[in-house]
Amino acid sequence: MAYSFPEEVLEHVFSFLHSDRDRNAVSLVCKSWYEIDRWSRRRVFIGNCYAISPRAVIRRFPEVRSIKIKGKPHFADFNLVPDGWGGYVFPWITAMASSYPWLEEIHLKRMVVTNACLELIAKSFKNFRVLVLSTCEGFSTDGLASIAANCRNLRELDLRDSEVDDLSGHWLSHFPDSYTSLVSLNISCLGSEVSFSALERLVSRCPNLRSLSLNQAVPIDRIACLLRQAPQLIELGTGAYNAELRPDVFSSLSGAFSCLKELRSLSGFWDAVPAYIPAVYSVCSGITSLNLSYTTMQNPDLTKLVSQCPNLQQLWVLDYIEDCGLEAVAASCKDLRELRVFPSDPYEEDEFDIALTERGLVSVSEGCTNLQSVLYFCHQMSNAALISIAQNRPNLTRFRLCIIEPRSPDYLTLQPLDAGFGAIVEHCKGLRRLSLSGLLTDRVFEYIGTHAKKLEMLSVAFAGESDLGLHLVLSGCESLRKLEIRDCPFGDKALLANAEKLETMRSLWMSSCSVSFGACKLLCRRMPRLNVEVIDETSEVAESRPESFTVQKLYIYRSVAGPRLDMPDYVLSMEEESPDLIG
Amino acid sequence: MEDEGQNDVSVASSSTVDCDLEEHRELNYLGLSDCSSAESYRLTGLSGDRKNDLNLKATELRLGLPGFQSPKREPNLHFVSSGKPDEKLLFPLLPLSQKSVVTGNKRGFSEVNDPIPKEGNWMFRASENEGPDSSNPGIKIKQSVGTAGAQSNLGNGIPSKQSKEHSLATSQNNASNNAPAAKAQVVGWPPVRSFRKNSLVSTSRNNEEVDGKLGAGALFIKVSMDGAPYLRKVDLHNYSTYQELSSALGKMFSCFIVGQCGSSGNLFKEMQTADSSKDLLHGSEYVLTYEDKDGDWMLVGDVPWNMFMNTCKKLKIMKGSDAIGLAPTAAEKSTRGY
Repeated sequence: MAYSFPEEVLEHVFSFLHSDRDRNAVSLVCKSWYEIDRWSRRRVFIGNCYAISPRAVIRRFPEVRSIKIKGKPHFADFNLVPDGWGGYVFPWITAMASSYPWLEEIHLKRMVVTNACLELIAKSFKNFRVLVLSTCEGFSTDGLASIAANCRNLRELDLRDSEVDDLSGHWLSHFPDSYTSLVSLNISCLGSEVSFSALERLVSRCPNLRSLSLNQAVPIDRIACLLRQAPQLIELGTGAYNAELRPDVFSSLSGAFSCLKELRSLSGFWDAVPAYIPAVYSVCSGITSLNLSYTTMQNPDLTKLVSQCPNLQQLWVLDYIEDCGLEAVAASCKDLRELRVFPSDPYEEDEFDIALTERGLVSVSEGCTNLQSVLYFCHQMSNAALISIAQNRPNLTRFRLCIIEPRSPDYLTLQPLDAGFGAIVEHCKGLRRLSLSGLLTDRVFEYIGTHAKKLEMLSVAFAGESDLGLHLVLSGCESLRKLEIRDCPFGDKALLANAEKLETMRSLWMSSCSVSFGACKLLCRRMPRLNVEVIDETSEVAESRPESFTVQKLYIYRSVAGPRLDMPDYVLSMEEESPDLIG
Repeated sequence: MEDEGQNDVSVASSSTVDCDLEEHRELNYLGLSDCSSAESYRLTGLSGDRKNDLNLKATELRLGLPGFQSPKREPNLHFVSSGKPDEKLLFPLLPLSQKSVVTGNKRGFSEVNDPIPKEGNWMFRASENEGPDSSNPGIKIKQSVGTAGAQSNLGNGIPSKQSKEHSLATSQNNASNNAPAAKAQVVGWPPVRSFRKNSLVSTSRNNEEVDGKLGAGALFIKVSMDGAPYLRKVDLHNYSTYQELSSALGKMFSCFIVGQCGSSGNLFKEMQTADSSKDLLHGSEYVLTYEDKDGDWMLVGDVPWNMFMNTCKKLKIMKGSDAIGLAPTAAEKSTRGY
C-alpha cells in the first residue's frame, strides 16, 4: 500500500523514472503519489508554449530545476510563419523569476527571446547553469553579455541556429576572470569576430570544457592554440577552415588535433580547403558524429574524410557526397545510425545535378544495419528503391525524404510513390517520424493510416487528391501528435469528421489547403479545448470574410489556457469569431 | 522513350494501383455520393490512361517536350554505356545545352562572383510577401531546355484557389521560354532552413570579401564536359598552375572517358606543358576551354595563371574536333581590338 512507504522512499523510486510519460502515469495512481511526483518533479517539457499558462505549470510543479519550452510551429523554419506570430518567452521568464529561484536550466526552441529576457535570467537564477537557444530570435549580443557577466555557475551556453542581432564579439569578454565553470559553448551561428585573446583565456581557464563550437570568424591558424588549451574536448566545431596552405599552420593544426584523444564530434569546416583536411585524420578513428553540412568540399576529398571514420554514428553532409561517397560510407561506417544529406543547391541554379540519387540512400540502407534516422534531399526516387530501403532497414524510426521537385513521380515507372512509402510504413513498424514528398495519391495515406501505428509526426506537402487522404491519417494513426500539411487538397470534411482526434494531438498545421473559414469556426465551436488560429495576411476585415473563404494558413492546437492574448493582426482566433461559444 | 515505364521493373504493378484507385473514387468515407471535389483533384494520367505513358508524362509538372526528360533524371548514365533507352535523350540534349551556354547564360556563373542575390533575396522576398498572391505562386515550374510543350495539363491536380496564380506562372514561363529563365519559386520549398541557405550564400560572400589574402576563399568555376550527364565545380584557388588544374580535371572526369584514353590523368598530359593549347588541338581528343568575362570561348593555357583565374567564368572540356574554329586566343583577340 502506498501509505506504508515513507514519502522519501517513493520519491527515491520515482527518481529513476526519466520519461515524462512515466512520471505522468505515476501521478495518476492516487493522490499521495500525485503529490509526491508533483513536489519531486525537476524537469518539465512544454511542447507548445501556448498549451498551458506559466502559472499553471508553476502551480503544479513548484520545484522545477530544468524547463524546456517550444514555441513556433515547425514550418516556421521554412518561412511559412510570418514575423510577429508569437512564441514570446518573456511571460515564462517573469513567472519563473519569482517562483523558481533555483532554476538551473532553460532550453528554448523556436521562441522569441529578448535582451530583457536574458537580463532577467541573468539576475534571477543564482544557480543558473544551462542556456540552450535553438532556432530562437529576438536578442542581440548585448543580452549575451548579461549572461556572461552574471551567471557565475554557467556550464552551457548553446546558441544553435539562432538568429542573433550580432552587434559585436565583445560580449565574450564579459565572462569574468574568476569564471571557470564552462563546459559547453556553441557560438557557431554568430557572424562577428569575438576577441580571440578573450576566447583563448576563457578556454584555458575552464578545465571542464568539453564542447566548443566556434563561429566562422575564427580563422584556421588560431584553432591550434585553442585546441592545445583544451585537449579534453569531446566536441569541436571549427571555424572557417580555409587559408592558403602553409606547412607551419598545417603541422601545428595536425599536432593539435592529435592531442584530442577524447574527441567524438566534429563540425564547422566552413569553406574547407581540402589541403587542410588531413590535419584531422588522427582523430577520425574515434569520431562518432560528423557535421559537414556547411562545407563546400567535394569528392574525392569529402568521401576520403568520411570513410576514415569507422565508428561514425551520425553523418550530416551536403549532396556533394554523391552516390559514390555514400557507397563508401556504407562500406566503412558500419555503425551509422543517422544520415542527413542536404542539398547544396536547393533552388537549382545549375543546369545539371550533383550525382546524388536514390542509389546513395539504398547503398547506405544495405550497408549500415544500425541506420535508424534518415533525412535525404534528392531529385529522383523510385518505388523500387523505397521498397528496398524498407526491406533492408525495418528498424528505421525517422524517415524524411524530400524529392526537390514537388510531385515528382517514380522516375522509372512514372507511377506515384504510394507503393514505396507504403512499404516504408509497413516494414518499419517503429517509425515515429515521416516526411513525404513526390507524387502521391490518397493511396499513400491509406497505407499510412493502416500501418503507421507508432507514427508521431507526419509532414506532408503537395500530396493527395481529396479529403480522404487527411481522413485516413487522422483516423488511422493512433500515436499521431504533430501533423503539418502544405499545398494539399484537404478540406473541411476530413477536419470536421475528426475533430476529436485533434485534441489528442499537440498540433495541426495546414497551409495552402482547402479549409474554409466557416469550417474553422465550426471546429472551434465544437472543440472548446482546441485553439483554432487562422493566419491571414490579406487586408480584408474579418467580418467581410464569407464562410466559404479559404483560409491561407491554419494552426490548431490543444490548450488548457484558452486563446492566447498576444496574437498579431493577421492571426485570427476562431474563438473570437464564434461569439456563441460558451466559455 | 515513352515506353521506359513499361520496360523497367515496376514493383508496384501499375494495374492494381489504378484499379484500386477506381474503387476509392466510389467510396467516399462520409457516404456522400458527391465526389466532385475529389474528382477535380485527380491527375488525369492516373485514371485509366496508364496504357499511354505519354499522357501520364504530360501531366507531370515539368516543362519540356512531351516525352522529354531532363538529364537530371538519369544522372548516372555515362554516355559510353549502351543499351539503356534513356541514353538517347542525352544526345539530342547536347547541342541544345551548348547553345544555351554559348548564348551567354551569365546567370549561372554570376553567382560565383556575385553571390549575394539569389538565395538570399529569394528568402527575404518570401518572408515579406506572405500575401495570398505570392504565398501560393503555384508549383515551382522547372525550366528544362526546350519549349513548354504539355503545359495544358499542368493545371490538373491543383486546388482551385491556386490555379489563378498557377496560370500566371505558366504564362510567365511561356514568355520566357527561350532563355533558361529564373524558376518560379515556391515559398518554403524545398524545406531547407534559413540559416542553412544563408550559410551557403554567406560562405561564398565571405570568400569574396577576403580579397587580399592570396588563395583564401573559394573561387568555384563550373566545369562541363561534352557528353557528361552532369557538371562539376572546381575551386580555382586550389590550384596554382595549369598542370595542377588539368590533372585534377582529368581525375574528375575520368569516369566519362573510360575506354578513350586508358588510365585517368593521361588524358590531359598534353596540357601539362606551357604551350598546352597548341598541343591539345593536335594531340589529344579533348581540349580544355573556358568562357571569359566577355562571353568568348578561349583555349585554356594562353594567359598567365593569375590572369586566367581572374577572367575565367566557366570551363568546358570539348572534343578536339569541336574546338577547331573556336574563338580566337587571347593574343589574337587583343590584336583585333575587341
